[in-house]
Amino acid sequence: MTGVVPGGREPLLRVTGLSVVFDGFRAIDGVDLTVAEGELRFLIGPNGAGKTTLIDVVTGLTRPTEGTVHFAGRTLNGLREHQVVRRGVGRTFQTAVVFEELTVEENVDLAASFRMRLPALLRRRKGRSDEVAAVLDRAGLLALAERPAGVLSHGQRQWLEIAMLLAQRPRLLLLDEPVAGMSRDERERTGELLVEIAREHTVVVVEHDMEFVRTYASAVTVLHEGRVLTEGDMASVQADPRVQEVYLGRSRDTRAAEPVGADADAGREREGVA
Amino acid sequence: MRRLREAADAVASAAVRWRGPVVFVAVALLLLVAAPAALSPFRLELLAKYLCFAIAALGIGLAWGKGGMLTLGQGVFFGLGGYAMAMHLKLAEAGPGQLPDFMVWSGVETLPAVWEPFRQPWFALLMVVVLPGVTAFLLGLLVFGRRVRGAYFAILTQALAAAFVIWLVGQQGLTGGTNGLTNFTSFFGLDLADENDQRVLYSVVAVVLGLLYLAFRQVVASRFGRLLVAVRDGEDRVRFLGYDPALVKTVAFTLSAISAGIAGALFVPVVGIISPALLGVVPSLEFVFAVAVGGRYTLAGAVLGAVLLNYGKTTFSEHYANGWLYLQGTLFIAVMAYAPKGVIGVAGQVRDFVAARRGRAAPAVVPPARVEEGAAA
Ligand SMILES: Nc1ncnc2c1ncn2[C@@H]1O[C@H](COP(=O)(O)OP(=O)(O)OP(=O)(O)O)[C@@H](O)[C@H]1O
Ligand SMILES: [Mg+2]
Repeated sequence: MTGVVPGGREPLLRVTGLSVVFDGFRAIDGVDLTVAEGELRFLIGPNGAGKTTLIDVVTGLTRPTEGTVHFAGRTLNGLREHQVVRRGVGRTFQTAVVFEELTVEENVDLAASFRMRLPALLRRRKGRSDEVAAVLDRAGLLALAERPAGVLSHGQRQWLEIAMLLAQRPRLLLLDEPVAGMSRDERERTGELLVEIAREHTVVVVEHDMEFVRTYASAVTVLHEGRVLTEGDMASVQADPRVQEVYLGRSRDTRAAEPVGADADAGREREGVA
Repeated sequence: MRRLREAADAVASAAVRWRGPVVFVAVALLLLVAAPAALSPFRLELLAKYLCFAIAALGIGLAWGKGGMLTLGQGVFFGLGGYAMAMHLKLAEAGPGQLPDFMVWSGVETLPAVWEPFRQPWFALLMVVVLPGVTAFLLGLLVFGRRVRGAYFAILTQALAAAFVIWLVGQQGLTGGTNGLTNFTSFFGLDLADENDQRVLYSVVAVVLGLLYLAFRQVVASRFGRLLVAVRDGEDRVRFLGYDPALVKTVAFTLSAISAGIAGALFVPVVGIISPALLGVVPSLEFVFAVAVGGRYTLAGAVLGAVLLNYGKTTFSEHYANGWLYLQGTLFIAVMAYAPKGVIGVAGQVRDFVAARRGRAAPAVVPPARVEEGAAA
């Protein structure tokens, strides 16, 4: 692999020889990926490259056909979704899924409370914990805390998802296209939020928007057709002719990230979990 | 001007906050003071029966309304509680070392081993809770752990009700078969033929309903209650919050089974019989119908539905024996189509409708989140 990972230390996340086959189709094909503690890593690649599938495997939603996922020195293979969360890996979804009947605050509070045992869960929530308040504030949702999450705009939902993720206090955050469908303003705010989060957390962000990636990315991994095409800092990745060919080269436009419209739609639809 | 507005807001939010407790106390007074004074013993006994169904309805409100589990087998849990109680009453009547009357008639000579411990009142009372609770817990772990849900879960519970009835009928010597267990004369020292004692029994039922209502309210208002709603609306998303939805559902399902068991146990002295015909597929469906009609999203709606529908059933059947089935079916469909929040939700629906008609003319005094909570009280 390229020198993204500082040598010596055991990385926080280590994916080795990963393959995922859907009905004979190799969505992921022999991927190796390591993410060091404290890193902010961007995962890019055209539609259908396997970015979401990779996150799905790490978080236990999809079972790998081959390969292993190690997190903090232990394997995650075979764990169910909530067990992976309990190990300290959290994620958001490409299409934000929040609980619309619950208030914004309740959404975050539930995310913060999963370590509680049943008797504690059966008690009423009294007021707002400092932690929940801090997270809401960070995500810019404090003013909306008592509104049902159903009234949130698209962008606010993505922020709520990020807030819920932060409230879980995970060691590794996996964000699947956190700025998809956001306005320019919202993108900017999200970008700042990400940078801020990345100061204290290990973060992997899947992103399409090259402009966005260029602004915030330090380390980038490019996926293409289920394989790792290249890894490195943004400049070297952009200079790589293979990357230009499969991804950037299709258009000189900085936002040439949506090459195959129909495929993108199919991918999005499949995405929604609930 | 602003002072005035603030005062109005304060009154409005106090009204929302206190509406629940005020209604609760009013209903409690109605049931515990007014009803015993106003109703004939016959009517009071009927009301006691409706309240038993209301106890079971609480559980359905929790499991189905909040948790999205359409359980069509509550008759099983109602029956487990009912039989546990009935076995004790039969043994208490027969006296030490004696067999219950129906066993003598069907030629059973020694008391079956499973009956023996039911001589002890504490054991029987424990079993009223433990039998339905443990059954539902194990079933829940098995079924929810395999991610069986929606219609599959509904059909599975219905099949369970059918199987339970067949088993009961087949065990003549053990369960009294088709006839079930009947002819009870006393209940923990109460003479079931005595009018005063009947009134006491009625009060016991009403108090148990009130206490269970408060307990279930607490569950609904707790974090667990929020989690249950989250599981209902997005089970797969809940996993990524670090919770196992199977466990959440199992706990709610178990609580619902326990409420059905307690309902069954009280039904036995009130009505004087427990038999397979009361527990099968149809009665189990009727439990759910009633909750749907009353309003499944709130516990109060579930209770109201159980009382209304069973009252309707008695009244209507007094005049037209078979018409009830059709009326009930029609009612159910009408509610599902036009008032999914049930009778208790109609007021809110009308308010929303009027508000929508008027456009956004009047600003809402109470923030929407508060209204929700108030309605759930
Ligand atoms: N459950 C599934 N069954 C069948 N095919 C799948 C499944 N999940 C993903 N795929 C396929 O695997 C490939 C990779 O999909 P994935 O969603 O991981 O891509 P992606 O890189 O996240 O794309 P996008 O940018 O559109 O989100 C796609 O061709 C997709 O159609
Ligand atoms: Mg994707």
